Amino acid sequence: MKYDVVVIGGGPAGLAAALAAREKGAKKVVILERDRHLGGILQQCIHNGFGLHYFGEELTGPEYAQLFINQLKDSDIEVKLETMVLSVTKHKEVVAVNVVDGYFVIQANAIVLAMGCRERTRGALNIAGTRPAGVMPAGSAQYIVNMMGHVPGREVVILGSGDIGLIMARRMAWEGAHVKMVVELMSYSGGLARNVAQCLDDNDIPLVFNHTVVEIHGHDRLEGITIAKVDENRKPIEKTFEYVACDTLLLSVGLIPENEISIEAEVMLDPITKGAIVDETRQTNISGIFACGNVLHVHDLVDNVSVESEIAGEYAAIFNKDEEQSKHIKIIPSEGVRYCVPQMIRQDNKKDVDIYFRVEDIIKPAFINIDADSMSIKKKKKRIVTPGEMEKMTVKADEISKASDRITISIKGKQ
Amino acid sequence: MFDVAIIGAGVTGSAVARELSKYDVKVCILESENDVATGASRANSAIVHAGYDCVPDTMMAKLNVLGAKKMKQLCFELDVPYKNIGSLVLAFNEDEKKVLEELLIRAERNNVPDVRILNQRDSHIVEPNINKDIIASLYAKNASITSPYELNIALAENAVINGVEIILDFKVDKITKTDESFKLCAKDRCIDAKYVVNAAGLYADEISKLCNAGDFTIVPRKGEYMMMDRQESKKLHTVLFQAPSKMGKGVLVAPTVEETIFAGPTALDMADKEDTSTTLEGLEYLKKMSVKSVPSLNLGNVITQFAGIRAVLKEKHDFLIEESKQVKGFVQAAGICSPGLSASPAMGQEVVGILKDAGLELKINDNFNPIRRKYKSFREMTDSERSKAIIENPLNGKIICRCETVTEAEVVAAIHAPVPAVTIDAIKRRTRAGMGRCQGGFCMPRVMEIISRETGMNMGEILKASYGSNIILPNRKGVE
Amino acid sequence: MNIICTSCPVGCRMTIIENNDGSIEVDGNVCKRGEKYAIDEFSDPKRMVTSSIFVDGGNHVLVSVKTDNPIQKGLVNKAFAQIKKMRVKAPINIGDIIIDHILGTDVNVVATRKISAL
Repeated sequence: MKYDVVVIGGGPAGLAAALAAREKGAKKVVILERDRHLGGILQQCIHNGFGLHYFGEELTGPEYAQLFINQLKDSDIEVKLETMVLSVTKHKEVVAVNVVDGYFVIQANAIVLAMGCRERTRGALNIAGTRPAGVMPAGSAQYIVNMMGHVPGREVVILGSGDIGLIMARRMAWEGAHVKMVVELMSYSGGLARNVAQCLDDNDIPLVFNHTVVEIHGHDRLEGITIAKVDENRKPIEKTFEYVACDTLLLSVGLIPENEISIEAEVMLDPITKGAIVDETRQTNISGIFACGNVLHVHDLVDNVSVESEIAGEYAAIFNKDEEQSKHIKIIPSEGVRYCVPQMIRQDNKKDVDIYFRVEDIIKPAFINIDADSMSIKKKKKRIVTPGEMEKMTVKADEISKASDRITISIKGKQ
Repeated sequence: MFDVAIIGAGVTGSAVARELSKYDVKVCILESENDVATGASRANSAIVHAGYDCVPDTMMAKLNVLGAKKMKQLCFELDVPYKNIGSLVLAFNEDEKKVLEELLIRAERNNVPDVRILNQRDSHIVEPNINKDIIASLYAKNASITSPYELNIALAENAVINGVEIILDFKVDKITKTDESFKLCAKDRCIDAKYVVNAAGLYADEISKLCNAGDFTIVPRKGEYMMMDRQESKKLHTVLFQAPSKMGKGVLVAPTVEETIFAGPTALDMADKEDTSTTLEGLEYLKKMSVKSVPSLNLGNVITQFAGIRAVLKEKHDFLIEESKQVKGFVQAAGICSPGLSASPAMGQEVVGILKDAGLELKINDNFNPIRRKYKSFREMTDSERSKAIIENPLNGKIICRCETVTEAEVVAAIHAPVPAVTIDAIKRRTRAGMGRCQGGFCMPRVMEIISRETGMNMGEILKASYGSNIILPNRKGVE
Repeated sequence: MNIICTSCPVGCRMTIIENNDGSIEVDGNVCKRGEKYAIDEFSDPKRMVTSSIFVDGGNHVLVSVKTDNPIQKGLVNKAFAQIKKMRVKAPINIGDIIIDHILGTDVNVVATRKISAL
């Protein structure tokens, strides 16, 4: 099998990338999706709040997905559902398996990696105690509630105030469970401010900052947890240990891009984002392999995923393996900036480039500065920046051209 | 009336059952839990010890050395992973080196072949990533690794195929001895058997007391482990021990047959036989000890922690394998802590020999089939096998567990296996679904759907593991 | 009164001031939607309700639904309970009305996912 563009993953990233690739002239485009349906995690995100930026209206997850799926149906893009990609090589061979085609290999001209992310687990947190039923990632609970129609527990504590944790707090409360609290390690929420307001405040769910879960109790089903306040190094303080009875603990403690097959293809990863290192076209170090969406870096908003994925799709469509690859200008996250995407810009770039980045801490007000080499090319003041909300700065083509080898982004509390 | 009732479906009980199935006798295993391999056989170090560690002239020494010799053949017959990778005991100072010399003497007395002391340089040739500070090591070429729960499951399945009956959810709480036989009762039912084998692990002391078959005490000794991601697997190729202490063989770091790396166990005597909780101190200790052996291990790659409990005989440091002196026909197979797994291939013959001496008539079962094959995992197939498998059964083309590449066909096969797996953890032990880096985040709800479809259980009945570990609870407001 | 705008992901932190003459001023919003939200939130707070209900004969067991407009905050739990009682038959299209004028309001509950009949 031969395709111009193979898109791995049929979630919001893969859908947007495939459509953009076809639009830009790629003739044979295929989406390989491991689940039974397109749309990815959006299908279980039945709450509203998607699409305001991209579509100008507020949609639920399934509705947002459907708008892309409808476009796909009008196109000749192929879709293979329940198809698991087992490996990708740097020569752009994709090995996959499904019921219809069996075990098969596709030779791609270009590949778009759009596999999304997975949830961090209890194991990664090293929470001590027993291993009873009732402890699960918030996203798994979301699937059980919104896709299977069951409620996993009655007395619920949620660890982590990322958006999934907040959304699930409201969902569990609506479904009749008693959500006792949301416990947050940091001194601020990792989720959007509006989710704190509409999910927790509306339902009288307390958000406990600077606390974590240190032990899990119960032999068969969860019976309770021990929570503790943490010190400035985020270490639990022993004298603050407190037992909280509950039968369910949902973990919303971070998302990790699913890059196992990228690694096999020798795609280089950014140690901070855990996603690929890409240029402004979202091309990785392996020419012809592009990445977008949550497999590239974890986004707050699906709208941003769609925009990013269109870039990846477009450039995947016009990728010419015989063309010489341009040299790069590096984009370096400096003071106060945890990471930025893209991590580099091709020297022959002629377009304005949106740089997405996350800050290390809450700063208010915040002064963002962008340097080309060591010369300042852009400044911006923001009322507040927080690690939970991704920032964006547009750098104009002529500004980029002032840099010979690097562009640096920094952020400070004063000018 | 059964000829023999075995109490406990751990590796010991299952090994005895399988050995008995070679003969024309009616055998049952009574298991209190809903699956085999739920106690010490579920969580231990998975090492086939060479046998140099045991005190000479003990039952432990005898069965360890014999069991280790038989393990490879047994794993071959039962389709259980087995890798001979050798082990090193590391000595960091002169005192520890003396311990190595003592172990070498024991190895000779226990007739353990191919054990020798290596100098620093040779130790590093055997295992390049060990700590540069060691001064010597004891190398045992025959040490191997296997999968303890897979061996346990395979023994039980093979026993079932050869006629043994496994009765789950049968917690023996009463034993009555009559002249001819025993009556063993659980809360709602009873069975009769002429002979009883007590392989009840942590509860062997309580079972023994039920019919006054002997007074001994089993001490639960907890061992915590930590498991590391496959990414670390290139750093280690042999089993690494540190010099042993009174509490056991010390913390070891070893590859698993699944190519992850694990470290453990800690050793702590407990009051509670069910306490498999892990502790922060335990984890910190394991981290410290594992980088002491292999400094280059990346502790950020710990994917999970777990604990197992060894059944340690309080009265003496040995297995208790004998016919009860008080009650004829009641055979103890108790205190099977480390090296119980290594000894298990020899355990069957030992116990069956005792039963024979006690009067059990043993006529060869002509239909005995020593071969058991597990449902071939997709992960282990070649490309052409995969293509063929999907044509034969389309469910082979449906991946349920993404991290470990487990297909729906494998899950369905586990549910309908000779010892059916109908809990999330039972399926995990058989297929590895949920054992990977996402720890079941994606596949657990899918596995629940498949269990429900295949067994007719409703979602609320599906268990993670033990009774009471329901994943879905009825809603407070009854909204369902 | 200080509130966080939930109209969009920006999450403006707004202040609402009630003047002596009863008029309301909003500060801190960056768009018109924010102002409307703030005034509603002050005088008559409303919420969108989203849920899912069982489907018979469909390619999925559940169909997700939402209120087509926000409903009064005080009615959210009641509305949710009524939605949960529903059971519908496939096929269903996005936008199909599942509950007409829920609780006598002029808000409908509509499907947000397409479900095909098996």
